[in-house]
Amino acid sequence: MNAQSNDAALTATSNSPERYYTYGYLDEQTKRMIRRAILKAVAIPGYQVPFGSREMPVPYGWGTGGIQLTAAIIGPDDVYKCIDQGADDTTNAVSIRRFFAKVADVATTEDTAEATIIQSRHRIPEHPLKDGQIMVFQVPQPEPLRGLEPREMETRAMHAYEEYGLQYVSLYENVSAFGRIAATAGYPVMVDERYLMSPSPIPKFDNPKLHNSQALMLFGAGREKRIYAIPPHTTVRSLDFEDYPFETQKWEESCALCAADDSYLDEVVLDDQGQRMFVCSDSHYCSDRRAQGLRGPMAGHELVDIDKDAGQ
Amino acid sequence: MTMTAHQETIDQADQPLLRVRGLSKHYGMITGCRDVSFEMRPGEVLGIVGESGSGKTTLLNCLSGRLPPSQGRVEFNASRHGLVDIYDLSEPDRRRMQREDWGFVHQNPRDGLRMRVSGGANVAEPLMNLGRRHYGDMRQASLDWLNRVELDLSRIDDKPRTYSGGMQQRVQIARNLIHAPRLVFMDEPTGGLDVSVQARLLDLMRELVRDLGLAAILVTHDMAVARLMADRLMVMKSGAVVETGLTDQVLDDPQHPYTQLLVSSVLQI
Ligand SMILES: Nc1ncnc2c1ncn2[C@@H]1O[C@H](COP(=O)(O)OP(=O)(O)O)[C@@H](O)[C@H]1O
Ligand SMILES: [Mg+2]
Ligand SMILES: [Zn+2]
Repeated sequence: MNAQSNDAALTATSNSPERYYTYGYLDEQTKRMIRRAILKAVAIPGYQVPFGSREMPVPYGWGTGGIQLTAAIIGPDDVYKCIDQGADDTTNAVSIRRFFAKVADVATTEDTAEATIIQSRHRIPEHPLKDGQIMVFQVPQPEPLRGLEPREMETRAMHAYEEYGLQYVSLYENVSAFGRIAATAGYPVMVDERYLMSPSPIPKFDNPKLHNSQALMLFGAGREKRIYAIPPHTTVRSLDFEDYPFETQKWEESCALCAADDSYLDEVVLDDQGQRMFVCSDSHYCSDRRAQGLRGPMAGHELVDIDKDAGQ
Repeated sequence: MTMTAHQETIDQADQPLLRVRGLSKHYGMITGCRDVSFEMRPGEVLGIVGESGSGKTTLLNCLSGRLPPSQGRVEFNASRHGLVDIYDLSEPDRRRMQREDWGFVHQNPRDGLRMRVSGGANVAEPLMNLGRRHYGDMRQASLDWLNRVELDLSRIDDKPRTYSGGMQQRVQIARNLIHAPRLVFMDEPTGGLDVSVQARLLDLMRELVRDLGLAAILVTHDMAVARLMADRLMVMKSGAVVETGLTDQVLDDPQHPYTQLLVSSVLQI
């Protein structure tokens, strides 16, 4: 029972005497348990590993799974980024970022390239991820088959025996109802051609970023007590039909602020006359482009106050 | 395990589709069924009749891989394995054989349909389970089958809960025939329906079974259903088979006193 773990050592040097909580909030036992689950998840890409999810100081649905993953892997040298939708500045993202700045003494950033750990629920940043980075996803429902098969024993058997015909039933329903595969978020993927996986509620626009990523992708579902992973350089294929191939969302417009035509766009209502514009959902990507002098049609418009966050 | 096409043809011709030996199932002290033995050939329709509680459902569940028997063997001539005891197969192999070679029509369509997805998707699902990935082809197959079971095609994208009981049962039948199974199990398939609906559905089922040359095991307590559908009958009483024979023989000239009672207590058709 040697309690002198790595983290305990780090805590001793990086902590002021006033610190009353364990480094990274979770106790060492819990972190070890979560790390074991992560190792197993990395060893079996796409497989849902059960873990002893803990109560966290935020309600379920606010990212308890992601927070536990981050708490288990973070160290003082990390640079932490947290986004909600694509934005760094929403209440949820700011709160979680402050939480880790406090309990883990880490530097935080909004810059995707600079971050070593990026926690997210709805997006993968537009800036390509690189070797050494870790994406942490907050997952509400880890079981892609749950909507069609409520019995847990049966979905487990389906994963064990690779019986995934049922997932195609939901795609079939989509095509029958809409004439195309209309599902947009949490679009199911096959990982390493073995396990069916739900990529949390990211838009299917982001699915291609899962394929052969240089970064490690970790997924945590707090309420459902599951951890799963996509290791770097893993094959990730979005399900589709031969005659209805997988497609990502496309927009006629480009970003009204930075003119990007390759990013995921949110529609923003500008006034009560119904004026709208489309802007990058990835707030850092957009401000970065504007800082480089790239300008969309609405940049500088009176209704859009962007100068302060353009980073000039 | 691997067979040449030639060997396989011989096996198909020489071997029974199903061979059951000394099958018993006990629920603790209660006997579900006991010492049942029989053989079935491809294309044959076997009726299992008997009063309520005589062990019909227990036997059907043992035969269809849903209920491991207490004793005995259930050998099926599976497309991938040849004649094999289904309980000797690994679970994934048995599940695959059930998907590929069998259909199972439940008395209550709710037990056999996915109520959350449309009738059309219910019918197409077995194809997806077999790895088909062309939407247009599956849609067409689903339409063809719904047409065959005389379902109003404008209802194909509606959820089964909006269908009548008879429509639900038609969808369940289509869902269990679309993948061309070698053997279909049916537990009182018309049991929950009005008499008028029953008659039409029975006619339809009889046509399908004949047209497809389908082998089926049909459980019913209704002698009229048995006469209409089955080539051969097995009469059960208190878990045991008391009489077997060609349907007409058994119904017109019953030997066992219990069968005589059973036959005389129903309206002749
Ligand atoms: N799950 C069970 N547990 C205990 N006894 C059962 C169970 N299922 C059936 N039985 C008993 O086994 C006998 C045969 O039942 P069953 O196979 O349902 O007959 P049938 O389908 O002909 O009505 C009955 O005595 C019944 O009470
Ligand atoms: Mg019964
Ligand atoms: Zn932009």
